[in-house]
Amino acid sequence: MQRKPLLGTIAVLSAFLPGIIATSSSLFADETIKPAVVYSTGGKFDGAFNQSAFTGAEKFKTDTGIDYREFELRNDTQSQQAIRTFARDGHDPVVVIGFQQASALAEVAPEFPETRFVIVDMVVDQPNVQSVVFREHEGSFIVGMLAAMASNSKTIGAVGGMDIPLIRRMTCGYQLGAHYVKPDANVLVNFVGTTGAAWNDPIRGGELTKTQIGKGADVVLQLAGGTGIGVLQAASDAKILGIGSDANQNGLHPGQVLTSMVKHVDVAVYEAFKAAREGNWQPGIKSLGLAEGGIDWALDKNNRDLMTDDMKLAAKQAKADIISGKITIHDYMTDNTCPN
Amino acid sequence: MENFELVILLLDATLRTSTPLILAALAGMFSERSGTINLALEGMMLGGAFAAAAVAYYAGSPWVGLLAAIVATIGLSLLHGFACITHKGNQVVSGMAINILMSGFTALVGIALFAQGGKTPALDKASRFQPITLPGAEAVRDVPILGPVYFELLSGHNILVYIAFFAVPAAWWVMYRTRFGLRLRAVGENPGAVDTAGISVVLMRYRAVVCSGVLVGMSGAYLSTAQGASFLQDMTAGKGYIALAAMVFGKWRPFPALFACLLFGFLDAAATRLQGVILPGIGEVPVQLVQALPYVLTVILLAGFIGRATPPKALGRAYVKER
Repeated sequence: MQRKPLLGTIAVLSAFLPGIIATSSSLFADETIKPAVVYSTGGKFDGAFNQSAFTGAEKFKTDTGIDYREFELRNDTQSQQAIRTFARDGHDPVVVIGFQQASALAEVAPEFPETRFVIVDMVVDQPNVQSVVFREHEGSFIVGMLAAMASNSKTIGAVGGMDIPLIRRMTCGYQLGAHYVKPDANVLVNFVGTTGAAWNDPIRGGELTKTQIGKGADVVLQLAGGTGIGVLQAASDAKILGIGSDANQNGLHPGQVLTSMVKHVDVAVYEAFKAAREGNWQPGIKSLGLAEGGIDWALDKNNRDLMTDDMKLAAKQAKADIISGKITIHDYMTDNTCPN
Repeated sequence: MENFELVILLLDATLRTSTPLILAALAGMFSERSGTINLALEGMMLGGAFAAAAVAYYAGSPWVGLLAAIVATIGLSLLHGFACITHKGNQVVSGMAINILMSGFTALVGIALFAQGGKTPALDKASRFQPITLPGAEAVRDVPILGPVYFELLSGHNILVYIAFFAVPAAWWVMYRTRFGLRLRAVGENPGAVDTAGISVVLMRYRAVVCSGVLVGMSGAYLSTAQGASFLQDMTAGKGYIALAAMVFGKWRPFPALFACLLFGFLDAAATRLQGVILPGIGEVPVQLVQALPYVLTVILLAGFIGRATPPKALGRAYVKER
């Protein structure tokens, strides 16, 4: 019984210690913020979309020492609860990743008018919400060009995750890019599913890829979050080229990934945290594309040998033309059709 | 000729997708024929997949991974048996409990070991089951008809695919041609009679669930170290339940269950190929319709095409000795 007071003291101390540390660190911050992130289904280690958001949040943490809270959705229905809990606990800003959470955020945002919300990949029209959207079709246009140029069979494929306009917009850009350099190229497009589970099914992603390879595709683009791991694996197993998306996935199978369509969700998250901290956060729509550096294609030591000078030049030229407005790419989401 | 090629590729994919179902359906059969409902196939498959991927990663060998998967699933089978056979618990509840437990437990251990959100690191070539080229496959490759059938369809699968197809006649032989099989079927139909003959019902049922564990372990290992290259949380995506349905379709018999698994595998493979195909009169097939097909077919088949499926008489009932 002698030990009890000692244990008690330790317990009390350890309960206070984080508090003391938290107070001292907030003294050095310009403005105390308690940021939070709600990841989409697929999880923060999907090697793609969510992981990119995670990278941005981690970078903010290392740069500023401000910690953040996070939540990974197991299914879409948890979204509303997660956002509300963060807002109620005084977290601000709350960054919400993925289009699936838009309806949940639209419901929760008016309940907490003082909280600053950010949603990535979808527009939520509320006075306290910043909507970050990417013009992915610009990036997929360029990787489509590169895919068509790298293909020997003139058949290229794309495996999308969930069948939604957002992904259709990318496959559409991909197709237009391929036809831009090779008008007779055959572009195969398949989708994994119609629910959130489609972002987390690498086995099915691999099967779809094998199907496309069977139909003659020798370059396959993945647009499927965690499912994409299976797509790139199947491409690498069959010794054809894969193309990554969202994050730079060139290093997953060095020499077997032609390039990656990089979507800088990390920058979006980092900027949102930073703006909130510095007090210049703005609600409204923020559209990021090639011009803003929100979208790009990846070239590094893992894929340098796969790229010919022609390809690099063509991609560079197309990028400049898109930025200057010389090439306009049809946006699938404006009319839900894709011109051939 | 091009259509022929497509059919071959479709059948090739059917073999790949039905392999885990076949192994799991046989596993379910062993357990259920002895009178223990095995709703835990899904969870055991997950456990096996995780053990295989994690151990193969450390050991660098798929065989060690397979062994680990089998050990893990035997453990889970024994747990299921302990609840249902020894303690006469509700078999459905125990099965579901294992499914829910494994969904979380695999992710938990995965996070603790690899810190990648429940995933295991991607396996390299040496630690996965690689495709095997059957003897003479290269030689007949260019022969018309026979070439594609042998080279594309039969050759070039990994060892677990061949094991799965070999397991079907083997299971049939064990079930119908050995003393063990006779007794196993008997404890599922009339455990009282078996007990009267001086054979321990409890021991018999335990042996059946262990057989079940070995088979389902292989199916889990197939998912993560042969078909895929890593473990992902809930990667089985309902395959355990589909295998269970296939077993019921097959009326708890090995060969009919094999055909049910092949049918499901075929539908799955066809679904991925039907996408975006333009059918005359209908137009482009919507993804939703294609994905609903296997389930629609399940309902239709169950509604009357397969005839009466009679489960083992003592299924779901723990054996209580009369005193």
